[in-house]
Amino acid sequence: MSILLKNGRIFCPASGMDQLGDLLVEGPVIAELGGSLPAGDAEVIDCQGLWVTPGLIDMHVHLREPGHEYKETIASGTRAAAAGGFTAVAPMPNTNPVNDSRSVTDFILEQSARHGAARVYPVGAITKDLAGRELTEMAELKEAGCVAVSDDGKPVAASRMLRRAMEYAATFDLPVICHSEDPGLADGGVMHEGEVSTRLGLAGIPAEAEVTAVERDLALALLTGARVHIAHISCAGSVAALARAKAAGGRVSGETAPHYLALDHRAVGEYDTHAKMNPPLRTPQDVAAVRQGLADGTIDALATDHAPHSVLEKAVEFDLAAFGVVGLETALGVVMALVEQGELSLARAIEAMTARPAAILDLPGGRLQKGGPADICVMDPAASWRVDPQNFYSLSRNTPFAGHDLVGRAILTICGGEITHRFKEETA
Amino acid sequence: MDFNRRNLLGLEGFSAEEITHILDTAESMKQINLRPIKKVPTLRGRTVVLFFFEPSTRTRTSFDLAAKRLSADSVSLSASTSSLTKGETLIDTARNLEAMGPDLIVMRHSMSGAPHMLARHVSPGIINAGDGTHEHPTQALLDMMTIRQHKGRLDGLKVTIIGDISHSRVARSGIIGLGTMGSTVTVYGPKTLLPPAPASLGVQVAGSMDEAVADADVIMMLRVQQERLGEVLFPSLREYAQRFGLAQRHLKLARPDVLVMHPGPINRGVEISPEVADGPFSVILDQVANGVAVRMALLYLLMSGADSEET
Repeated sequence: MSILLKNGRIFCPASGMDQLGDLLVEGPVIAELGGSLPAGDAEVIDCQGLWVTPGLIDMHVHLREPGHEYKETIASGTRAAAAGGFTAVAPMPNTNPVNDSRSVTDFILEQSARHGAARVYPVGAITKDLAGRELTEMAELKEAGCVAVSDDGKPVAASRMLRRAMEYAATFDLPVICHSEDPGLADGGVMHEGEVSTRLGLAGIPAEAEVTAVERDLALALLTGARVHIAHISCAGSVAALARAKAAGGRVSGETAPHYLALDHRAVGEYDTHAKMNPPLRTPQDVAAVRQGLADGTIDALATDHAPHSVLEKAVEFDLAAFGVVGLETALGVVMALVEQGELSLARAIEAMTARPAAILDLPGGRLQKGGPADICVMDPAASWRVDPQNFYSLSRNTPFAGHDLVGRAILTICGGEITHRFKEETA
Repeated sequence: MDFNRRNLLGLEGFSAEEITHILDTAESMKQINLRPIKKVPTLRGRTVVLFFFEPSTRTRTSFDLAAKRLSADSVSLSASTSSLTKGETLIDTARNLEAMGPDLIVMRHSMSGAPHMLARHVSPGIINAGDGTHEHPTQALLDMMTIRQHKGRLDGLKVTIIGDISHSRVARSGIIGLGTMGSTVTVYGPKTLLPPAPASLGVQVAGSMDEAVADADVIMMLRVQQERLGEVLFPSLREYAQRFGLAQRHLKLARPDVLVMHPGPINRGVEISPEVADGPFSVILDQVANGVAVRMALLYLLMSGADSEET
């Protein structure tokens, strides 16, 4: 089957392409792009006024399968991804069982092949059962299809263990994704420590719980020479630390999430558990620093940390509520709103969701090129819409953006030449 | 004035007029408590549930007495007798309670914000009788009533609160309420027990015990929660008593008519010396008496306004 995307603005930061024209998809690849192309027997989709970009890549999600299928499945999570313009996602290993062995990786990839609406690139665990005691068989994980290893959600506390993990991963050129947090300093905290936590009487997590761990993890990256990626950067101190480690020549990178760009700790309001995540929403100064870091490229990538939870985990006392928010279906709208406000260039925004994560994880895609995979996002940059969680494809509704007005949304998503989402058809 | 609230979740957001109205109503309730027959039919047929997830003797007894003196029916439910130990969520338990048709729920919970969550899910009004380390508004109101009774006013007073400010819901409500009424609030304690952003509460932090008590009109001592010793927040009760306990000599630095207050139960010899606790400046027992009157006032104001609009 062939698809001709007609008269769109083809925008691809990786190839430097920005022109009005057509893009022809034949089978799983991009057959031709640029200029006016003959339709032939292709389905012609009018993209007048729309932008044609590489399919978005989310290098940090939680698909919850296996183990927590009531929150999300590989099918529902990738469907949500497609609705958000994503064509590839990298699920973290904190499933049940943990993705710490080939058999779990195989299962995830089989489920993805059967039910997935996006490419799934699993991230394996650094230590068995995320317990911080024994290394996983990283070579085998890589062979099975894992694109990185991570301790997401359960940081490796012992510095010696993390050093060995980085060294071992570097043997196989496997990136290490660090959830950088000092568990002792953060212990018991449920939101950012500051004036809002003071007012609400909630136990705080100081930004230093993140910054000291980021500093340690980057120091170990320099020591070991490993490829180290800092997950979900939320505060100014982490941005500065990452800039220093890059200047020192480390093979390091970092990501932030849309909520750290758009919201600060005041979003907790009157104990809203949908604004509870880890790391927590920080101060307006941190938001400004994270925006700046993403804009100038210190922070390489934008990832959602899509963390579905059901009402069982969220409609409870704030102290008891699970950390995490969903993000796949709102990310583009949050980011494009920042582009519209002039906070972020379009090129950086798209690059941070396409070419950069692809480079960090050595993934195909992330760019539009002749003969390359037909992973494409067609977005309407001007669409303004209000977030209604009831319309989510995700099984979970735990978003801090309910009722927010966003700008920009995915109209059509193509993954490997297949249409995985078509906005107008599916939303009446 | 019109008092249209259905809930008392905290003193945050209450105006000086509203607080004054509650205190004035409490003064008239106090007259009832001085009669030989301490009961009026005002709230006959109304039901109050006392929903306590944390052990409490005096607050629960105080609410219970307040309800009975206004002829309301009160039912007590504590964590050990409720379904919560059987794995039911707080919202489910509350909806079950709601189905029994109470007019008001008085709630104490060990977690900050629990009553706020409940207020979003059930229809009866809610009084927060202490939530975690957040607020304890009825305690602050009875404290303000006690201060006003002795000083004749609240505005322009220097009130000093000493002890575990960070984890104290009494302190947080007191700071908010007294600030709204025009008092200047100063806090003091080891830095491990001060909140991360005291300025955001509108308080000044004293640099020493002497500075804290100097020219104070009111000194409010907070209870040392001995279970916090395990968290390495201060080294020993001995050092705490020496450095942060209120002794006779401090009172000489305060105003001659200083009031010494404590929300109870007191640790004699720790945060307050026995001479001070039993001394002429202590109004600790007045606080307890005023507690019943304030709670009667709140039951009356919230339940008689129950037919009016949401707050």
